[in-house]
Amino acid sequence: MKIKYTDSLIIGGGLAGLRTAIATSAKGLSTIVISLVPVKRSHSSAAQGGMQSSLGNCIMGEGDNEDVHFADTVKGSDWGCDQEVVRMFVQTAPKAIRELASWGVPWNRIKKGDREVVINTKKTTITEKEEAHGLINARDFGGTKKWRTCYTADATGHTMLYAVTNEAMRLGVQIEDKKEAISLITKDGQCFGAIVRDLKKGGLTAYVAKGTLIATGGYGRIYKQSTNATICKGTGHAIVLNAGGYMGNMEAIQFHPTPIVPSGILLTEGCRGDGGVLRDKDGYRFMPDYEPEKKDLASRDVVSRRMLEHIKKGKGVMSPYGEHLWLDISILGRKHIEKNLRDVQDISKTFNGIDPADKDKKGWMPVLPMQHYSMGGIRVTPKGESVNIKGLFSCGESACWDMHGFNRLGGNSVSETVVAGMIVGDYFGDFCKKNNINIDTKMVEDELNKQDDYLNNLLKLDGDENIYDIKNEMRIIMQNFVGIFRNGKDLKIAVEKLKTLLQKSKNIKIKNKCRLLNPELEEAYKVPMMLKVALCVAKGARERTESRGAHHREDFLKRDDKNWLNRTISYWKNEDDLEPTLKYEKLDIMKMEMPPAFRGYGKKGNSIENPISQKRQNEVDKITKEHKGDRYELQEKLMPYELQEIYKEKNQRLGDENE
Amino acid sequence: MSREITIIALKYNPSDETSKPRFAEYKLPETAGMTLYIALTKIKTTIDHDLSSDFVCRAGICGACGMIINGKPRLACKTLTSEFKDGKITLLPLPTFPLIKDLSVDTGSWMKNMNIRVNSWIVSTQKTDISKFEKKIEPKVAEDIFELDRCMECGLCVASCSTAIMKENFVGAVGLNRVVRFSIDPHDERNDADFYELIGDDDGIFGCMSLLACEDHCPKNLPLQTKIAYMRRKMVMV
Ligand SMILES: Cc1cc2nc3c(=O)[nH]c(=O)nc-3n(C[C@H](O)[C@H](O)[C@H](O)COP(=O)(O)OP(=O)(O)OC[C@H]3O[C@@H](n4cnc5c(N)ncnc54)[C@H](O)[C@@H]3O)c2cc1C
Ligand code: SF4
Ligand code: FES
Repeated sequence: MKIKYTDSLIIGGGLAGLRTAIATSAKGLSTIVISLVPVKRSHSSAAQGGMQSSLGNCIMGEGDNEDVHFADTVKGSDWGCDQEVVRMFVQTAPKAIRELASWGVPWNRIKKGDREVVINTKKTTITEKEEAHGLINARDFGGTKKWRTCYTADATGHTMLYAVTNEAMRLGVQIEDKKEAISLITKDGQCFGAIVRDLKKGGLTAYVAKGTLIATGGYGRIYKQSTNATICKGTGHAIVLNAGGYMGNMEAIQFHPTPIVPSGILLTEGCRGDGGVLRDKDGYRFMPDYEPEKKDLASRDVVSRRMLEHIKKGKGVMSPYGEHLWLDISILGRKHIEKNLRDVQDISKTFNGIDPADKDKKGWMPVLPMQHYSMGGIRVTPKGESVNIKGLFSCGESACWDMHGFNRLGGNSVSETVVAGMIVGDYFGDFCKKNNINIDTKMVEDELNKQDDYLNNLLKLDGDENIYDIKNEMRIIMQNFVGIFRNGKDLKIAVEKLKTLLQKSKNIKIKNKCRLLNPELEEAYKVPMMLKVALCVAKGARERTESRGAHHREDFLKRDDKNWLNRTISYWKNEDDLEPTLKYEKLDIMKMEMPPAFRGYGKKGNSIENPISQKRQNEVDKITKEHKGDRYELQEKLMPYELQEIYKEKNQRLGDENE
Repeated sequence: MSREITIIALKYNPSDETSKPRFAEYKLPETAGMTLYIALTKIKTTIDHDLSSDFVCRAGICGACGMIINGKPRLACKTLTSEFKDGKITLLPLPTFPLIKDLSVDTGSWMKNMNIRVNSWIVSTQKTDISKFEKKIEPKVAEDIFELDRCMECGLCVASCSTAIMKENFVGAVGLNRVVRFSIDPHDERNDADFYELIGDDDGIFGCMSLLACEDHCPKNLPLQTKIAYMRRKMVMV
């Protein structure tokens, strides 16, 4: 039996996992990070736009602080988030970015004096302050009051991931790539590590640890079309489900309006920000018909919904890859594109052979809303520990910590990964230090044998199903029935179909009988995992009879704070169940710093109010009115929260003296 | 009308004793905008479930999918099948890196060794107070560092380098570029003598024979030769 021992085991080597590893090794704990791919290729490297952090250095960010960032994030979440976690996050984000700067992220820096920018499609001149020269710059992003998104051109995730990996290597973190966790070792509600498959040789090893943390990213690939990397399959979630662990809000899925077809590579929102428009098969600009006010620049979820609505009316463009719409930036002119949208041009030229600067139809790029981000995930406490399995932690996109609720803001995700790595990593390290486990080798051996037998049995199956067909069907079901528009009828069908597929996946036949490196065998064990994740999404969506954030029900159009101000918990009760069991975790309005109200965008009056919201609002107003002292003390009165002292420190800003 | 294309790929599983290297030939209809990622996915899901390759981002960002494509090291996900007029595309795994199976190679271990070899991280004795202002950096300097930081460790420069093929420990253009990147970073306290310690030998800066293949094949168009020459001038003076 192959066993490896470590203090901390971290499954996943994206930004979240590696920043956690830095935290645990700083505590002197032996730390192993495993990853499907060389860690610098993790999906974090694909983040383009930037990282939110309320430094308030640049002139358009002036006046920004934790309070403003907090309000933006809570509204963005459509009040589905945990407000205490959001507070922890916004307080630490400026520290995270300053730490990253010291590790070498070449953040774009402010140049004093005048510069020309485009605001509301109009050229405008802004003047950066002398004292801000050389500090970290920020750009504009959707859903934020201030310019708060810090960046390195359009490769922010890449530079962040390289800096964090380099720092982890400097500290001697053991990074093992081409390794896949296929199950957790658990007993009596506690986790003792994982069974890991070597993707270079095919063998299994038990990794035994005092604490295990999952940072495996999102699960976008359960959808036919997604901006996510090919490895974002949710296997990290599935191994937790298989161990009986709880998921939170799995139905909360974000769709982005303009990935390019068919590759699903993202085209930035800047295309429309600068004045680009969407067109249908007749070349007609349709958005003003639906959204007379905001037109093509309505919020992400609204534009995505309108696009699909239009396709359903028969206005989509047919292609070998299904229907799509056009994104036209040719109207901006070649000069503008080659200067300001260079990368969009590069992507479009390389992957579609289309130069978007070409005049008229020739330059139109095929786009379609696609799955983009998983708000839901492994349900954890504010300290990052699983709510029902001891010794198991999670952070980053894989976790439902839960700072995004039902919609996350652009730039808040890479920011969450490093911030959670700092905060949760520290708590996780403390846990590993304290937790002296007595390893029951029998238990480890049992789990290893169980997985070994499972793989051998998969090879022996002699059914008539094909695992690739099952996978393809799952992804189409998710795309068509659990997409942007959802309704009870479709969701019911989806759940039933997915259950049938899960059943079918036990009746397959694998052609190649090789036990070691065998891509077909890999599909055979991964697809059932993906199906379980998909079932949590579909069933959660079926039961949630309201519309909140990215979860949109055609048959229940309103946000329902009276009945649905809660978090969906899904889990696998018995191993052989074909669907998850659901229950709900209530959100307590009386504890909120910002009780539910209008988001400030989207339709007004589109919610079923909870009378407690007003009661709490009155209370908040009263405390605020009577408060004497600074904003930090007021915040403490409204909603105290726990956070490590070093992270709670005040963040220094230009203009602090005016506060 | 769509044409039929032929993809010829090396198949070999070194961890299986019965496996012998051979070429497999696949024919499939070409679709509009087809990349090698789309083509290979089609092959893997419909014709040959056993074919292995490395795709992650499929967007030319992560550097995972380097292959020898009709004789040239390139990123497969960024290569369109329509580029090949006769519709015939031959794929080989990247040389220099250990073969895992078929078109899948182990770039991870090679890059890890390189990173450790050149101490690819900020070296500083300063303790940063993260609640206080960050160190100010000239905007132009940040941009220059960013340019070199764009390297995605795809290994195409290594796969096209004669020195790297002959010398197992040569750090390659990727390693030398990394050293330049840190040498211009104001956060890093190392001086030329420190860098000389790391790369002042034939496995480092003096191994390069200036054949330029690295720069020709770098998908990020990094100015590798200029930067290597710059570093060599500095290292000669140490
Ligand atoms: C195209 C695109 C652009 C984006 N742009 C932005 C942006 O501009 N700003 C922003 O804030 N957010 C952005 N996001 C979102 C953001 O990039 C991700 O949410 C974030 O990077 C996730 O980081 P992570 O560390 O949680 O996971 P990942 O970076 O996805 O890492 C997951 C890790 O887990 C490993 N892994 C997975 N399963 C297993 C297993 N079973 N066993 C072992 N290892 C496993 C993987 O190998 C990998 O190392 C973008 C997302 C996309 C798709
Ligand atoms: S220098 Fe260029 S070719 Fe070499 S690894 Fe980096 S990106 Fe690839
Ligand atoms: S798959 Fe990432 S560069 Fe090709």
